[in-house]
Amino acid sequence: MSEPKRPLPNLHDPDTRPFWLATREKVITYQQCNACGTVVFYPRGHCTGCLDGQLVWKDSAGIGTVYTYSVVRQSYHPFFRGLVPYAVAWVDLDEGPRLISNIVGIEDPLRDLSIGMRVRVRWEEHDELSIPLFEPAAS
Amino acid sequence: MTARSRDAAIVGIHEYPSRDVEGAVSPLQIKAASAARALEDAGLSWNDVDAIYDAGDGGGMGGLNVAEYFGLKPRVIDTTNVGGSSYEYHAAHAKRDIARGRARVALLSYGSTAHSNVRRIGVGGRGFGADHPADNMDPFAGTTLVAHYAMVARRHMHDYGTTSEQLAEIGVATRCHAMRNPEAVKAMEDLEFLDIRETTVDDVVNSRMIADPLHLLDCCMISDGGGAVVIAAPEVARDCRKPPVWLLGAGEATRYPENGGDITTTAAAQSGPDAFGEAGVTPQEIDVAMIYDSFSITVLAILEDLGFCPKGDGGHWVEGGRLRFDRPADGPALNTDGGGLSSNHPGMRGIFLLIEAARQLRGESCSQVNGAKLAVAHGNGGILGSRHCAGTVILGRD
Repeated sequence: MSEPKRPLPNLHDPDTRPFWLATREKVITYQQCNACGTVVFYPRGHCTGCLDGQLVWKDSAGIGTVYTYSVVRQSYHPFFRGLVPYAVAWVDLDEGPRLISNIVGIEDPLRDLSIGMRVRVRWEEHDELSIPLFEPAAS
Repeated sequence: MTARSRDAAIVGIHEYPSRDVEGAVSPLQIKAASAARALEDAGLSWNDVDAIYDAGDGGGMGGLNVAEYFGLKPRVIDTTNVGGSSYEYHAAHAKRDIARGRARVALLSYGSTAHSNVRRIGVGGRGFGADHPADNMDPFAGTTLVAHYAMVARRHMHDYGTTSEQLAEIGVATRCHAMRNPEAVKAMEDLEFLDIRETTVDDVVNSRMIADPLHLLDCCMISDGGGAVVIAAPEVARDCRKPPVWLLGAGEATRYPENGGDITTTAAAQSGPDAFGEAGVTPQEIDVAMIYDSFSITVLAILEDLGFCPKGDGGHWVEGGRLRFDRPADGPALNTDGGGLSSNHPGMRGIFLLIEAARQLRGESCSQVNGAKLAVAHGNGGILGSRHCAGTVILGRD
């Protein structure tokens, strides 16, 4: 029996493939429309704000704020079952995109995590891509 | 009562009694058995049905498969699947189609063997597969279904000071009603609930934490089950066996995560005003609130968004057992069948909201609200705090 592994995104989905390819360089990317300014995230092939759809890829500095979170105590997934208790959170990046990730690098997620906490990306390397986890920005 | 819409009425209902079919019955069989009993309840038969509304839970091509399996050739098929709110959408669409003369007798059915399949929709599982680009963004994070709702609860607590004790009121009121419903008690026995009795706020907040801040008793059960609803035109309803339960108004809305959005506000904030507006009814007139209780926070946020209390006041508003069936002066009774928390949650509970609302307005509930005249059935489909649909239906009796 091999050790359970973190489930990874697939690289075949045409909308999200560019985002995940960019993680190889340890960069969080997002789209913004040059025509109307709308920030589009998660990635898509069209602008949700206008029909001109001049989406360009931009880099995030990887710093943001915890919008909300939960500490998961029970999971049926073989990998996450071994990780409990772990923190999941919606993180608002400073550039606008809101994404789900884990908050790591804290001793006790039940005690050391709060809404409004400043966090920065901490990359977890895998063969074909990297995973953007977050840790307290001050640490 | 002013002249309200009399476009269409619920005339037949059935809730499949078993919550554990032990793998011996298929979802299609549950749907057909429930449909037959609901037609019998109405005093109608298969031949009367000319419209099918289906969420595709029988597999294949949704309403088409169901039509053939039931042995029907309907003039209208509507295979709308918006998760647990599908049946409120179906009721709204049936009302519309009947009002336009496209149909006379509409059949809604539901069947699920989620418990037998060990489908992990409840406390530890993930709701959907990664077949949507949004679902390819975060599979790495291990966000369980309940964690999505927990993140709504956590933000609600942060923004409004809501407490776990206040959230617990939802489960306590619902369990109180479940203990009065023999089918709900049987469900809890069959699903091997450990301690089947009325609960207190302390029981809920002392139950095992599943995803902070939601406890085990904040979470719905995972059952098998199903049911059916027959909706008919006024000229049909007049001759049915039971008094008609009119569909007075309906609203539909969609919401999903947006950059900078407010996760504590649900799609009910949009569907509610549409439904109440069409019905010419205010939330303060409602006697029975059938609200999709996947988790306690779902109910709290939706009660606010439907306008029973101001946004953020839900925690205070539900305190002290206010939602019980025997306190009609305090506003609506909540989920008088026992809800998804303590009676029936096979994955898409929306049909039971219509069924129990109809029971109340016929005077047939196990936890009957004295003189109940108006009810709301509000389905939430998808995932609160993530993409979800809301279907609100206002129901009334003559």
